[in-house]
Amino acid sequence: MLNIENLHVSVDGREILKGLSLEIPAGEIHAIMGPNGSGKSTLSYILSGREGYEITGGSVTYDGKDLLALAPEERAAAGIFLAFQYPVEIPGVPNATFLRTAVNAVRRGRGESDLDAIQFMRLIKDKSRKLGISDEMMKRPVNVGFSGGEKKRNEILQMSMLEPKLAILDETDSGLDIDALRVVADGVNMLRAPHRSMLVITHYQRLLQYIVPDRVHVLAHGLIRRSGGPELAHELELTGYAEFAEGAEFTDGKAA
Amino acid sequence: MSTALSTSPVWLSALRAEGAARFEQTGLPTQRQEAWKYTGLNRLKSFGFEPSPAGSSVAAPLILVEGTAHRLVFVNGRFDAAQSTIGTLPKDVVLTGLADLLRNQPERVEPLLGKRAQAGQRPMVALNTAWLDDGVVLIVPRGVAVDSPIEITFLAGDTTAACHPRLIISLGDNAEAVLVERHLGSAAGGLANQVAEIDLGAGANLRHYVLHAEPAASMAVETVSATVGRDAQYRCFALTAGGGLVRREVEVSLQQPGATAQVDGAYLVDGERHSDTTILIDHQAAHCSSRQTQKGVIDDDGRAVFQGKILVRPGAQKTDGYQLSQTLLLSPQAEIDVKPELEIHADDVKCSHGATVGRLDADALFFLRARGIPEAEARALLIQGFIGGALYEIDRPAVRESFGLAAADWLRGRSQPSRNAESTAS
Repeated sequence: MLNIENLHVSVDGREILKGLSLEIPAGEIHAIMGPNGSGKSTLSYILSGREGYEITGGSVTYDGKDLLALAPEERAAAGIFLAFQYPVEIPGVPNATFLRTAVNAVRRGRGESDLDAIQFMRLIKDKSRKLGISDEMMKRPVNVGFSGGEKKRNEILQMSMLEPKLAILDETDSGLDIDALRVVADGVNMLRAPHRSMLVITHYQRLLQYIVPDRVHVLAHGLIRRSGGPELAHELELTGYAEFAEGAEFTDGKAA
Repeated sequence: MSTALSTSPVWLSALRAEGAARFEQTGLPTQRQEAWKYTGLNRLKSFGFEPSPAGSSVAAPLILVEGTAHRLVFVNGRFDAAQSTIGTLPKDVVLTGLADLLRNQPERVEPLLGKRAQAGQRPMVALNTAWLDDGVVLIVPRGVAVDSPIEITFLAGDTTAACHPRLIISLGDNAEAVLVERHLGSAAGGLANQVAEIDLGAGANLRHYVLHAEPAASMAVETVSATVGRDAQYRCFALTAGGGLVRREVEVSLQQPGATAQVDGAYLVDGERHSDTTILIDHQAAHCSSRQTQKGVIDDDGRAVFQGKILVRPGAQKTDGYQLSQTLLLSPQAEIDVKPELEIHADDVKCSHGATVGRLDADALFFLRARGIPEAEARALLIQGFIGGALYEIDRPAVRESFGLAAADWLRGRSQPSRNAESTAS
């Protein structure tokens, strides 16, 4: 599904990712954990196509295609979805309008026909109810005046509407209390499917109690330093990231 | 001069002569004048200001706002009775063409004409006065509400001539009306130099909506002078989505305690068009409040001007004045000149103003694209959202909807987005 090889990325001349390699097979959930500033968000932005990053080496292959050659909207149509750490507010654009525009854009990109207003309403009704998103939230401008939990639930709603093949969740747990976290995690778990891969980026192990990954990788200083099963997350909860501080000896320099 | 003009009452001839003499003296406004600092009228230098002789026949489009029962159509500044419809009005309401009223009952207009908009400091008002002939008169007596919007559509035929319409709006105590102006101009060019005199009695309420949707060859200069009585409310919203040069100068005098004014607008400027919004809110009495929200979207080589002044006179205590200007620049050449001004001569007032100028938000653009929305469509959605926020100030849903459609027309018609590819903020 996704194959990252020896990826080097710089921002303003400073190298953030220093030869990262990672493979995510179809249907698996991989978690990336790591201290702040390790390059986690850079990785999520690189995969979704944000501007402002210089790729100085390596490759990213998605579904057999060169992912880095695609525009963000082409990646979305190809099935990449990024759940933003800080969902963006868009004044003046009702949430429902935005979602319908997005769904139809992605459908067009996939060679499918547009959904009309009725088909769209039918589709969204069920999905929004499951995530506790009210009709009123659909009428409000995108994320404007939403609480932290509402913003994250809105992200998961977008994900369920766009039906990605690879979902990247960037610190989706940040700023959520335990109840909000459960709602979000339930929403994500509902979307688990044999054809759908996920990359869950988080600083804390807490989220991974609810979204149990197949593999856990530790990203520090621009490289995957260790990889393991779900138990690695528990271990990190106890030991923290001290082991991966700058200059420390690494036990494993390569991802599995 | 036409026969219509020569049979005028003496006072009217005197008023015109005074306007002509004044304009003769001042000539066109120049950029040395503070009020015209950012808008040059060079293109009017060799312009003939004499109105075109007769109204040619141009068919008016359908009404703009659903539920409108009264509609006055003007062609080349002249009232076109055949295309106008005036529905049933409450007793004693006057709604008619100015020329007709000047002919039949000049005494009804005399006390209202030239009282609010005085030619002294304003060359364009002097010019309008010199050619004063036709326009709209709306007189609503005390306690009467005209529920249906009154739509006034201005068209121009295949002419490059000028017209100088005069609007006389007088609302008695506690009277109410909704006025919708729609300026459609002419592709041939021409200048509409309009003056509106508005007088609101105690507790009166006027909603005033203005749409400029002229072709780029057309020019419009508007001067609005309104006086607002005790606890009365003047609320206006202007959407400028057309016209090569559109200048709106709005002066509102809050003369009695409790008077409020809300002067909002949006200007959508592309090509080489120029839009100027100049507002003076004159707080003359205590306990008055005013709001101005102006939003601009400027593309290509377009240029916009917003000058907004809140003047608080001595004794106008407890004034609450607010002003906000937000501008979205879509191309590297697009330009806005913003001049907010507070002049305060009282010590117990609350006045604030803010101005932002920015480009499309790069984070928002990436967010939309990451959701699969192609770049051009994502840009259009963000611009639409920005305009939607401006139109939100229109409190009549039917008007908001029709203005929204006019804005959507502008969005569709503006030049290729690819030209503006570099104009994103980071």
